[in-house]
Amino acid sequence: MTNPMKIRAKADGAVVEVKVLMSHRMETGLRKSDAGDVIPAHYIQLVTATYGDRTVLSAQWGPAVSANPFLDFKFKGGEKGGIIKVTWTDNHGESRTDEAIIN
Amino acid sequence: MYPGRRKFVKQTGGLIGLLLAAGFVRTEEWNRIAFEGKQLDDVIRGLGGNGAQESAEVVILAPEIAENGAVVPMQIISKLNKTESIAIVVEKNPNPLAANFSIPDGTLPDIQTRVKMAQTCSVYALVRAGGKFFYSAKEIKITQGGCGG
Repeated sequence: MTNPMKIRAKADGAVVEVKVLMSHRMETGLRKSDAGDVIPAHYIQLVTATYGDRTVLSAQWGPAVSANPFLDFKFKGGEKGGIIKVTWTDNHGESRTDEAIIN
Repeated sequence: MYPGRRKFVKQTGGLIGLLLAAGFVRTEEWNRIAFEGKQLDDVIRGLGGNGAQESAEVVILAPEIAENGAVVPMQIISKLNKTESIAIVVEKNPNPLAANFSIPDGTLPDIQTRVKMAQTCSVYALVRAGGKFFYSAKEIKITQGGCGG
């Protein structure tokens, strides 16, 4: 089970600022449990943000992005009431998409 | 010699095309080579470059001292024309490349995120602009490691 992202998108003049907080462990694969077993790597690898059919950001991440990742970016041409969608995919092939209305 | 080979290639090619069309195959692949690079130069090569030039047009906004290496906030701004991507590289992490952001037309080259740092070291912001790589560096002191907890 994956938890929803918190997405805020705010239009300020011609620029929309998008803030995303994802819920993910971002486990590096380098840590050990108390029993001494390696905790397997589990982290988001791909992130895509779209506005309509336009990709406004795409990213590739490694396990060094902090747990429960935060992302802030800005794009031009978005309008209030429009929808911004964000999708992540992790190294286990799990994926999640959430959306927010630009205000 | 292998009469079945051509047929196999033809059939699997068709299958891959179908899967692509149906959206079952991700067209963007995670760049394993860049993420497994151990030095800044390895990362640059992994991202398709051949060396990078230091540039004051690449700005790293981050604290001088971070108490918690597990969560180091930073903002990278590129003032270079035709900025295509922004990568964050943490020099002394086991795998230095933390993140690479593609900046399409219409998106500002101004990204904020939070990364883990294993120890005090330089953070590089690596920008691809007009097909060339540029970087700037900033040292961030870590008073508590990012690999624990």
